[in-house]
Amino acid sequence: MLTLRFVPYHEIEYLTSARRIHKLLDIVKENKIVLLEGRLKKEEETDLIEITMEKIDEKFKGIELAVINPDRKDNNNVLRKMKSGFMNMMLGDRQGLTIIGPATIVSEIKKNPDKIELYTKEDPEKQKKVKKKGKP
Amino acid sequence: MAGFKKWEYMTNIFKAFFNKFLKNLFRKKKHIKLGLYGPPNGGKTTLANRICQDWLGEDMGSVSNIAHETREIQIKEQISIKNDEGKEISFNLVDTPGIATKIDFEDFIKSGMKEKEAKIRAKEATKGVIDAIKWLDEMDTIIIVLDSTQDPYSQVNITIIGNLAAREIPVLIVANKVDLKKADIKKIEAAFPQYEIVGISAKYGDNVNEFYNALFKYAS
Repeated sequence: MLTLRFVPYHEIEYLTSARRIHKLLDIVKENKIVLLEGRLKKEEETDLIEITMEKIDEKFKGIELAVINPDRKDNNNVLRKMKSGFMNMMLGDRQGLTIIGPATIVSEIKKNPDKIELYTKEDPEKQKKVKKKGKP
Repeated sequence: MAGFKKWEYMTNIFKAFFNKFLKNLFRKKKHIKLGLYGPPNGGKTTLANRICQDWLGEDMGSVSNIAHETREIQIKEQISIKNDEGKEISFNLVDTPGIATKIDFEDFIKSGMKEKEAKIRAKEATKGVIDAIKWLDEMDTIIIVLDSTQDPYSQVNITIIGNLAAREIPVLIVANKVDLKKADIKKIEAAFPQYEIVGISAKYGDNVNEFYNALFKYAS
């Protein structure tokens, strides 16, 4: 069974970068997929990778990460640009969505400008049971 | 007399400051650090070997099909390259371990390693990723090496490139492995439209002259 945990931005808004990352990783280490409202800062995303590496052991294999950004690269319209700039000023990092899943559960998150696909791994315990059942 | 001493003291401070400034300026120009970054198995070490073979006549590191072959930062100092116009640039080449968000020792076992060896490799690989990130601040120019047969929209690529933009470090993207049928440079160009992208085959040397010409723009 997959467990998704929604984290509203206000839950991390006033935390330091290190505490934000540890909070999110603690949830992921409970085998839950985090859906964070908004996004981390660029430097925090790199720190997230670094701290994930520090935490890797035989049980925790790392994370799958995807950030959905509402900014459109083909935004050439001046009015749209102004609107986007205003939204950025008002909402800051609250815009978009960040998905962080444990690598033991999420095998891949495929992202392209139009869609996002999250692939999960089959539960190894379940696989073992299926194999056992299959034996004559 | 006291006035003269004060003047002498001020002159010495100014001289020391000026010398330090000149030294730093000189050092900056002479020791450009050129970093090779990207996800594992993109061909960073193959490209490093290509550069070293072309200009020094020797290899830089070993390459392998198994991910995380490079697990330590490797540096080759004072590489000088010349272009057709006779211009020359020198740099210290820094080959870094591939950056990943997950490392599973069982993947190494699947590649034929024994469990103990696989666990050691996984541990070294995690340390390698940490070191590569820590070295970002040390770089003057960065070449992102991407496998042009793979999906460029991976968050690792976006995170590294976004981070470099925030640090205002010049970036050149290399779409490697163009010799393979599945290679798709256009997909990389679509993913990172604001960057210059050079398609090469580091293994066979295809289009490396265009890469060296681009390097002159970013590393001189």
